[in-house]
Amino acid sequence: MSTLDDNKILEEYSEKEYEAGFVTEIESDVFPIGLDEDVVRAISLKKNEPEFMLEFRLNAFRRWKTMIEPEWAHLKYQKPKFQDISYYSAPKNMPKYNSLDEVDPELLATFKKLGVPLDEQKVLAGVAVDVVMDSVSVHTTFKKNLEEKGIIFCSISEAIQEHPELVKKYLASVVPAGDNFYAALNSAVFTDGSFAYIPKGVRCPMELSTYFRINQANTGQFERTLIVADEGSYVSYLEGCTAPSRDENQLHAAVVEIVAMKDAEVKYSTVQNWYPGDKKGKGGVYNFVTKRGICKGDNSKISWTQVETGSAVTWKYPSTILKGDNSVGEFYSVAVTNNFQQADTGTKMIHIGSNTKSTIISKGISLGESNNSYRGLVKINPKANNARNYSQCDSLLIGSKCGAHTFPYIESENPSAVVEHEATTSKVSEDQIFYCNQRGLDTEDAISLIVNGFAKEVLNQLPMEFAVEAQKLLSLTLEGSVG
Amino acid sequence: MGKTLLKIENLNATIEGKSILKGINLEIKEGEVHAIMGPNGSGKSTLASVLAGREIFEVTDGHVEFMGKDLLSMAPEERSREGVFLAFQYPIEIPGVSITNFMKAAVSQHREHKGLEPLSPSEFLKLMKEKKELVEIEAKLANRAVNEGFSGGEKKKNEVFQMAMLEPKLAILDETDSGLDIDALRIVANGVNKLKNSENATLVITHYQRLLDYIVPDVVHVLYDGKIVKTGGKELALELEEKGYDWIKKEVQV
Ligand SMILES: Nc1ncnc2c1ncn2[C@@H]1O[C@H](COP(=O)(O)OP(=O)(O)OP(=O)(O)O)[C@@H](O)[C@H]1O
Ligand SMILES: [Mg+2]
Repeated sequence: MSTLDDNKILEEYSEKEYEAGFVTEIESDVFPIGLDEDVVRAISLKKNEPEFMLEFRLNAFRRWKTMIEPEWAHLKYQKPKFQDISYYSAPKNMPKYNSLDEVDPELLATFKKLGVPLDEQKVLAGVAVDVVMDSVSVHTTFKKNLEEKGIIFCSISEAIQEHPELVKKYLASVVPAGDNFYAALNSAVFTDGSFAYIPKGVRCPMELSTYFRINQANTGQFERTLIVADEGSYVSYLEGCTAPSRDENQLHAAVVEIVAMKDAEVKYSTVQNWYPGDKKGKGGVYNFVTKRGICKGDNSKISWTQVETGSAVTWKYPSTILKGDNSVGEFYSVAVTNNFQQADTGTKMIHIGSNTKSTIISKGISLGESNNSYRGLVKINPKANNARNYSQCDSLLIGSKCGAHTFPYIESENPSAVVEHEATTSKVSEDQIFYCNQRGLDTEDAISLIVNGFAKEVLNQLPMEFAVEAQKLLSLTLEGSVG
Repeated sequence: MGKTLLKIENLNATIEGKSILKGINLEIKEGEVHAIMGPNGSGKSTLASVLAGREIFEVTDGHVEFMGKDLLSMAPEERSREGVFLAFQYPIEIPGVSITNFMKAAVSQHREHKGLEPLSPSEFLKLMKEKKELVEIEAKLANRAVNEGFSGGEKKKNEVFQMAMLEPKLAILDETDSGLDIDALRIVANGVNKLKNSENATLVITHYQRLLDYIVPDVVHVLYDGKIVKTGGKELALELEEKGYDWIKKEVQV
């Protein structure tokens, strides 16, 4: 294992409640609740968008109206009332800052509480942070540095203004507006998100990271992320999230699209810590996300790594379309559910090119009365000669009221394909806990250690500083699960 | 001899209503080595588990004092931090957790309990190296997950290594010799001997006199049907090896 500072992580044990449960008071410009074509138009107008975007949004909205919410996931929840949500909320008069000193101190205090390392240290560590506070991007660092290499890393709104040709070319090229219910909704009303473009042959010199935070009560958040890695380029993108506690369930329906051209590689890592609801299952974020990448060119690679500890309800399947020959798709996931949380997550690997390879490592951890499902599809198209897939889905149960479910779907239309699937379910045993107790660890620390060991293969995929954060989150999620 | 470290009085314990320990009395002083022998199922491991705080056993009567404190009122992790170490008869696997990380967590808890500053990573690694050499375990073993895929002998050596890391006041070795080859037996016994000093004590549970040639006991007890039925010097172990347990069983019945 890496030299992660376990002690530091263990130190944070004492606080049981969701640490990020507070609200920042920053003046907001909020639309009245409700959604119709006029609201869609108003969003586009507010954002001063070119005509093609308005058309894109209206088209998506019309598709959405004809669609019904999917029912097939292994989830039970009160459906969001889409007319009770306000679809636009922007911090007022947001200037772009040159230094942290100029930023609203209350905002900085918020980040501090969250442990968002948007301080000098983080900057020195070489991470460019594009913070999405509610829906509008408020701070970007290291942008100049990136610009010198021709890398574009900005908010999607900015990209629509400054690089409309790139946005027009790639937006919805991986997740079409009518792809699914939530993606259609997102396409109609998204207010911000991130955009990254790595030009040919450029290796992005730092991890690109965005911290999302849902802040406005009853404001659904519809992030839109688009990452394009041109031929022979490389980028590692980090996404981390946290939200304050609320009584009302909050909806989050993001869309992430990744395009990897010939010989390009994109590594996308997520640590998701949205408010999961209280111990009785009240409140919490609904997380319905569409994430998809396409390995468009030969020898390209897309790797998804996710650590999911938050949200009341998670519905998420980062997927990769392996179109280029010899392209590689990877999916590494740890999903933890506690109390009454429900997660239905997994991946889709669509093999189209020859010699395409995919690897799926999924680790589900369930505690309390939670339900954790893995749902994965491996599809081998007729032309995908010599495609390979290896899937491993392990579930760990802590306690006797929780559930783990595995739904692997394999559709192979090419006889030369080799698809392997392994699944295990295990329990944290009394013997293991006692063994740790006997060495001086209390039961909470013991479980945390056992869980981190179980998830190691996935945690090891994360960039160093993110791995520390992820371990911390895992431990926090496990708190109060004992006794 | 030194101060009393452990004092067990009339200890009775049951599992699922079944009586296993039926009035154990035992006193161990600092600097002493005690051996417990006895037929299979007589309650040796149960005694070790009860001392370590395993909750599946219910203590129905009796009292245990450890360094002047009421041991039975402490949580298992407290007992460990206070200095009770159990080398398990059947060590448990913890997949994915390296011995290094496991020991790092354990050592830091022990130090915190003693009011000591945490070790820096380099100090910790130095300690690991020192103790690995002391108990002669292969350096590589520490990078592997705790007991995962270890051979029987490796598991036992790993227990002694952990003991060396935590430097307990009272080490309970539950059949740490079983499954060891001749060389490993010598190495493990040497390790235990090197850790011995005038302020700690060792309780060795074994079936074989052979181990006691290396770890020489001051006192040998025979546990039979949940009671200590005979106590003697190290020659008692030889006598048992020669004659088996039948004569003791007969003595008890008389
Ligand atoms: N978890 C358990 N559930 C039920 N009975 C148990 C349990 N653990 C121990 N026992 C019973 O308690 C008695 C004593 O067992 P213990 O393991 O203490 O014996 P031992 O002296 O260590 O034997 P051995 O020499 O074989 O290791 C046995 O009859 C055993 O079956
Ligand atoms: Mg035994």
